[in-house]
Amino acid sequence: MISVRVEGASLGHAGRVVLENIDFELRQGEFVGLFGPNGAGKTTLLRSLLGLVSPIAGRIEVLGAAARRGNPDIGYLPQTGGANVPRLRVVDVLAASLGGHRWGFSPVGRVGRAGIERALERVGAASLAERPMSALSGGERQRVLIAQALIGTPRLLLLDEPLAGLDPRHQGEIVALLRDVQLVLGITVMCSAHDINVLLPAMDRALFVAGGGVALGPVAQVATGPVLSRLYGAPIDVVRAGGHIFVSGAAALSGAGG
Amino acid sequence: MNPFDYEFMIHAYLAAAIVAVVAGATGYVLVLRGQSFAGHALGHVGFAGATGAILLGLPPLSGLVAVTVGGGLLMGLLGERMGERDVGIGLVLAASLGLGLLFLGWFSGSATRATALLFGNVLGVDTGTLAALLAVSVTTLAGMAVLARPLLFASLQPELAAARGVPLRLVGVLFLGLVGLAVAGAAQVVGVLLVFSLLVGPAAAAQRMTTRLVPGVVLCVALALGEALGGITLAFYSNWPASFWITALGVVAYGAAVGRDAVRF
Repeated sequence: MISVRVEGASLGHAGRVVLENIDFELRQGEFVGLFGPNGAGKTTLLRSLLGLVSPIAGRIEVLGAAARRGNPDIGYLPQTGGANVPRLRVVDVLAASLGGHRWGFSPVGRVGRAGIERALERVGAASLAERPMSALSGGERQRVLIAQALIGTPRLLLLDEPLAGLDPRHQGEIVALLRDVQLVLGITVMCSAHDINVLLPAMDRALFVAGGGVALGPVAQVATGPVLSRLYGAPIDVVRAGGHIFVSGAAALSGAGG
Repeated sequence: MNPFDYEFMIHAYLAAAIVAVVAGATGYVLVLRGQSFAGHALGHVGFAGATGAILLGLPPLSGLVAVTVGGGLLMGLLGERMGERDVGIGLVLAASLGLGLLFLGWFSGSATRATALLFGNVLGVDTGTLAALLAVSVTTLAGMAVLARPLLFASLQPELAAARGVPLRLVGVLFLGLVGLAVAGAAQVVGVLLVFSLLVGPAAAAQRMTTRLVPGVVLCVALALGEALGGITLAFYSNWPASFWITALGVVAYGAAVGRDAVRF
């Protein structure tokens, strides 16, 4: 079953084409890592699946229908700038997002609260419910935001750099959590990251974005010198050592990671 | 001496109560969104509106409302592009006060009139103004009730709210329009220059005192009410200006909240 289908899509914003005529498909229930240099279009790609960026050309289908804003089947974890974290309890922040797309004014009922509790328990963050969002560590905050993205049982989870700013131990914990959630709930996960190595234990396939194009496949087939050199349009070396992958080259240094 | 023996005091209490509830409710979200400065700015712009209305022979509140609501909507439309232009904004604010002074000069040159607009004149509220304040406040609260859910979501998690289909821009514009209404009301009590004290002070204190949402809003409204009513009462007994007392109580409340924070952590 296909979760995401991108056909001949060109994407961009502010009059600039970032990705041109790209094609790829994600299968339901797989974990895909999203990599590429800064500005190559990782966030634009995620936003296009959310319907926040309309394709300039081509077609983007999510879960069998054209991508549209407010699709309740998609859970989303935006890139956090770290700015303006509210001094409000975790439950209050999550409650504000329930029904936050509807006009009007009504408190979150018992069903809503139970949903929040379940989601927090699912990610092992039940004890954080009463803590202010501003008092959480980076890892705790990401855990809570993953819980929030899982409320309403989505079938596709999109995460934009959820590991940024975390130390290696917490990165590993978040990746393990995402893999667990993906396998148990059977949802498709697309997760962008700076460093391919942290996602190696979880990833089914890798999607590289660079030079206006994409390359999707199992890590062993895609994270190779020839594939990445063609994609980046510049010589890229991929070295494997001690279970790690090192991507090097002038283009990679601008943020391909590795 | 009993303040309730005097009609002007009863009017003052009613006006302050009506205004404080609205200032507390809108101010809470204003501070949550990090837009406190917008409240301050709208007060300044309102001065030109109020004096312009006087010049045209209209009630000052009508001009105040027109300009603060218009200004709020415009600020919302300009949005982030305005954020870094602090010199430009500062000049517009200064020019608004200058323009207001010019309008007053053309009218009569009355310094009392200017002082009342700048620093408030809560002890001189007549029944007509009271009715107008009630209408402004009910409208603002009704608007806040309609906007509540998307506004809160958009304020706390804008990217996520956008992805869920919340029209961020529309919500932001409508909210600043409502803030304009609240500013016009607050200016009737504490004056255009001191709007900050009713709109932002209680909200900032409340958000330091509790991290719970609903109790936070209730506390914020309670603080605004306490400061406004307490300030008027102190003015009655001391014969010092009500606006002085209201701002002083605001500082005390915020100081206490910060002090409590400092002791806890």
